[in-house]
Amino acid sequence: MSTPVILMRTPAETALIERFADEKATLPGAAAAREEAFARFAAKGLPTKRVESYHYSDLRAAMRSLAPRPALTKAEAGRAFSGFTRLSFVNGVFQGEAAPSGITLEPLAEALEAGCITPNAVMGAASDVVVDLNTAFAREGLVLHVAKGVTTPLHLAFIAAGPGAGFSRMIVDVAPGACLTLLETHEGGAEAYQVNAMVEFRLGAGAKVEHLHLNEAGQAAMMLTTLATTLAEEAEFSSLNVALGGAFTRHQVFVTFAGENAKSTIKGASLLSGTQHHDTTLVVDHALALGISRELFKTVVDDAAQGVFQGKIIVRQYAQKTDGQMASNALLLSDEAGMSNKPELEIFADDVVCAHGATCGALDESQLFYLMARGIPKKEAEAMLIEAFLAEALDEVTHEETREVLSGLLSAALRRRVS
Amino acid sequence: MLNIKNLHVEIDGKKILNGLTLSVKAGEVAAIMGPNGSGKSTLSYVVAGKEDYTVTEGEILLNGVNILDMEAHERAVAGLFLAFQYPLEIPGVATMTFLKAAMNAKRKAHGLAELSPGDFIRAVREAGARLGIDPEMLKRPLNVGFSGGEKKRMEILQMSLLDPAFCILDETDSGLDIDALRIVAEGVNALRGPERGMLVITHYQRLLDYIVPDTVHVMAAGRIVKTGGPEIALDLEKNGYADYLGAAA
Repeated sequence: MSTPVILMRTPAETALIERFADEKATLPGAAAAREEAFARFAAKGLPTKRVESYHYSDLRAAMRSLAPRPALTKAEAGRAFSGFTRLSFVNGVFQGEAAPSGITLEPLAEALEAGCITPNAVMGAASDVVVDLNTAFAREGLVLHVAKGVTTPLHLAFIAAGPGAGFSRMIVDVAPGACLTLLETHEGGAEAYQVNAMVEFRLGAGAKVEHLHLNEAGQAAMMLTTLATTLAEEAEFSSLNVALGGAFTRHQVFVTFAGENAKSTIKGASLLSGTQHHDTTLVVDHALALGISRELFKTVVDDAAQGVFQGKIIVRQYAQKTDGQMASNALLLSDEAGMSNKPELEIFADDVVCAHGATCGALDESQLFYLMARGIPKKEAEAMLIEAFLAEALDEVTHEETREVLSGLLSAALRRRVS
Repeated sequence: MLNIKNLHVEIDGKKILNGLTLSVKAGEVAAIMGPNGSGKSTLSYVVAGKEDYTVTEGEILLNGVNILDMEAHERAVAGLFLAFQYPLEIPGVATMTFLKAAMNAKRKAHGLAELSPGDFIRAVREAGARLGIDPEMLKRPLNVGFSGGEKKRMEILQMSLLDPAFCILDETDSGLDIDALRIVAEGVNALRGPERGMLVITHYQRLLDYIVPDTVHVMAAGRIVKTGGPEIALDLEKNGYADYLGAAA
């Protein structure tokens, strides 16, 4: 057997290997799945830009060292959203709030010990290094069982306190016909912390989930977030990612159509400045027929920030009558700002409607002049046009108050640019 | 009020205005007529402060102040208003949000407090009703999906709300049917006053039947080639621009 050629290990890789050796005996659940996932990482190390799916986001270069284990601490309130039942996680550790009726909580560790949950069952995410590391290390997290009849929207608030590298995994099991609105927020301080947080949704037949993801991570944070969703027949899933924070962010979305007539809408609104790097990597896998998928990503890039969008729609042989449309639009506000768009379609069925489009552009000078000719100062006119550009991504958020909060956060970030 | 002296303007190295001199007094409504390509729209954009043009010579004074060094928004709050020939559609910006931003920008520049929501809505409703603007239109994104007539009415609505000292109307009649033209002209006439100057740019005599000017200037090849009273417009309608094109060459 030949030994794979690997680069000299970085301090981060060495630290991950040491940490796994150190922790594996105490990690909950069957060791085999963890060992297997970790072995995949250890064989290749962190991906460089020579790995296709990390070409625009060199994780090995970005993650030079591993932050220490996060401290066990009680913390800080964090942002609250009115009308939502809040479950909070400080450095990944659940703070023990009560769930609304109809939702049963089970600690991840217990579910793994009982063997009723297998990590890494999500098809599209099977060989991704961020997912593998999460599978190997995840100790904290919950399994949520959502029954039919739940009406209260749920807020999962992830708060990072101090420097630390945390791995958390949430599994949201939504019963057939059940409905759920779930808001996931990430916030933290100025320290250089690292988050690897994964949320898996498993939607039963006819289930409906609206997922909102808000990234307000600290300015030095590395955010590796993964959303993996499996849809049974006639399930409907939507997810919006509003990205403001973090130094290096990779937001991965894997959607698998495992039943017919399912629908998925994935959107994003990102506002990047300074030297932020934000990567959205999306794989929508139509395994079965009659699925509808819509993807719309709006990225605003200022200063020397870099945006990345990689989106792939796969339509497998039996997924006839699939209707997939994907668009990524970027607005570049400075000469140094960059955006890499890579939309892909991989179609094996012969009766489908699929389209993708990607644009990169500057603000429209004529529109800007029109607003200025009415007395509106340039920076403010720019802010109005940027807000208008982003607004489309937010317009289907059903909870009106939350939509206003989210668009308010984007406006506030834009106003800071004006002042 | 507005004094333009020996204005030379080019875009991408191409000369558009060649020593244009024009003066409009407070209370005066001046019309500029001229054939396609004579530089009429360039003149309106240069006065309003569009950045694509290079002024190589000359000056533009508004009430004695040279506005050439000002940015477009500074000229607007100083009292200049350009009603666009082709008002821009701005998807995602609500009409009311835009109107409020424009009105408050001017108030802020003059050291006044922002309008209260009640005062703002009342002002827009009253001015809108006078121009026959459907309140539903105000709920839509700015100019998006508006008909030609609706866009022009929206321009005049902005003009009346911003209460400018000097108005330039660039081909306001283009794209209007006769009823819309009458409504727009009535809106403009209501804003005539001893303190306010207006420059009405048009191809055709038709608009000047409704907005009767005090003076008419004929523009050709980037200059004013003739100035006189409303009778010039009638003459042009009958005989065309041929004589003036010769004069400019």
